[in-house]
Amino acid sequence: MKRPAIGSVEDLEIDLLIEGLYRHSGFDFRGYARSSLRRRVRGVVETEQVPTVSALQDRVLHDPACLHRLLLGLSVHVSAMFRDPRFFLAFRRKAVPLLRTYPFIRIWQAGCSTGEEVYSLAILLQEEGLYDRCRIYATDMNEVVLQQAREGIFPLEAMQRYTANYHASGGTEELSSYYTAAYDSVIFRPSLRERVVFSQHNLASDGPFNEFNVILCRNVMIYFGEELQARVHDLFARSLTTFGLLGLGSHESIQFGPAERRYEPLESGEKLFRRVH
Amino acid sequence: MAYEIVVIGASLGGLDAVSELLGQLPRGFPLPVAVCQHRTSIPHEGSLASLWQQVTSLRVGDAEDKMAIEPSRVYVAPADYHLLVESRGLFALTTDPPVLWARPSIDVLFESAAETYGAAVIGVILTGASADGAQGLKAVRDHGGCALVQDPATAECAVMPRAALDATAVNHVMGLQEIGRIIAALAGPAGAPR
Repeated sequence: MKRPAIGSVEDLEIDLLIEGLYRHSGFDFRGYARSSLRRRVRGVVETEQVPTVSALQDRVLHDPACLHRLLLGLSVHVSAMFRDPRFFLAFRRKAVPLLRTYPFIRIWQAGCSTGEEVYSLAILLQEEGLYDRCRIYATDMNEVVLQQAREGIFPLEAMQRYTANYHASGGTEELSSYYTAAYDSVIFRPSLRERVVFSQHNLASDGPFNEFNVILCRNVMIYFGEELQARVHDLFARSLTTFGLLGLGSHESIQFGPAERRYEPLESGEKLFRRVH
Repeated sequence: MAYEIVVIGASLGGLDAVSELLGQLPRGFPLPVAVCQHRTSIPHEGSLASLWQQVTSLRVGDAEDKMAIEPSRVYVAPADYHLLVESRGLFALTTDPPVLWARPSIDVLFESAAETYGAAVIGVILTGASADGAQGLKAVRDHGGCALVQDPATAECAVMPRAALDATAVNHVMGLQEIGRIIAALAGPAGAPR
């Protein structure tokens, strides 16, 4: 007789929840990495104060507000401005000179969440004198976080860390010159989002929508399982121009999948690649 | 019971403690070893791995997302990411919020290892000024794995070993050298030749 796997009841419940969520709302978490998804589902079970994942499913299917909270709980990615400053430094030194040769630059920030990296990139491009030639498409599956990203309001307490990151990333001004502080928050200059289009796009289910010179998708695919990662890499390959640039998170690898042969590193040690095939 | 993975958690004082422990593991030690070490500030990437590489012949490196878990290798949880066991033989990373102010979190690594490998996990809690790891070691133990804790009297900071001992019954409490020896013994004969 086959012995049931450890934690199998909970895993079964998570399968049912995710399938139900997909059929009820169209949001597809079926290809997500299970270990982190499990932790997030448990987090929602706790905050909803329900005894089981099955009880959560019952509530999600009958209470739109709870569905909404679950989607946020499962999908929001925490980021920081100029996270991994060395990546942004490499982008300044290696990507910017290439981009200068283009008359118009289309950039896709895939899975932009609350927008920290969008504003980081906009600042970098402004300082390098390229911003007016750019159009940044910042997408996320979740409309709530997109709205936050559009507002450009971040907690004041984070600015000390972001300022250190900014300088380590090669920033040439003061980060504080880009925002105005009020109470516990700061609001970034609207000019930083002049060339940004925020829109909803789901990497798990939507297709290509434009051709890009640069795609940044950092620390988003770590939440996906291997199959879904391969799908998204395929989507990126179909969305990038030849010699287009792909930026990933500092511990995301393209070594383990078919994407490897499409790219060559633009800067060794950094997850910044150039499409060659 | 054949063990399949070793997970080690350390915080304050861990750089030296992990060095000493890894130095005890014999050449050809057969299991994968995953280390979660807290950092107060983010050091130069890869520095922990290169530091620990000096004390062992096992290959040491930062874990990457969806990296295969291979025998006789030491994987370091990268700064500012949680390291999880995604499935048998596969790691995953996340940037989820810190747990008990820690990212990487020892609890996150240990719980995911226990949920994936069940009783085939050896969990080790070393020195530290944090309660992180206590719930993770309990999970290892609850799934039937082997729970080892550094003797608080020998730890640079006794808070973390004590928190683990308060949270769960453990298999052994002892000094780093003994922990190294018992891990080598538990890992089985492939670790024999030195």
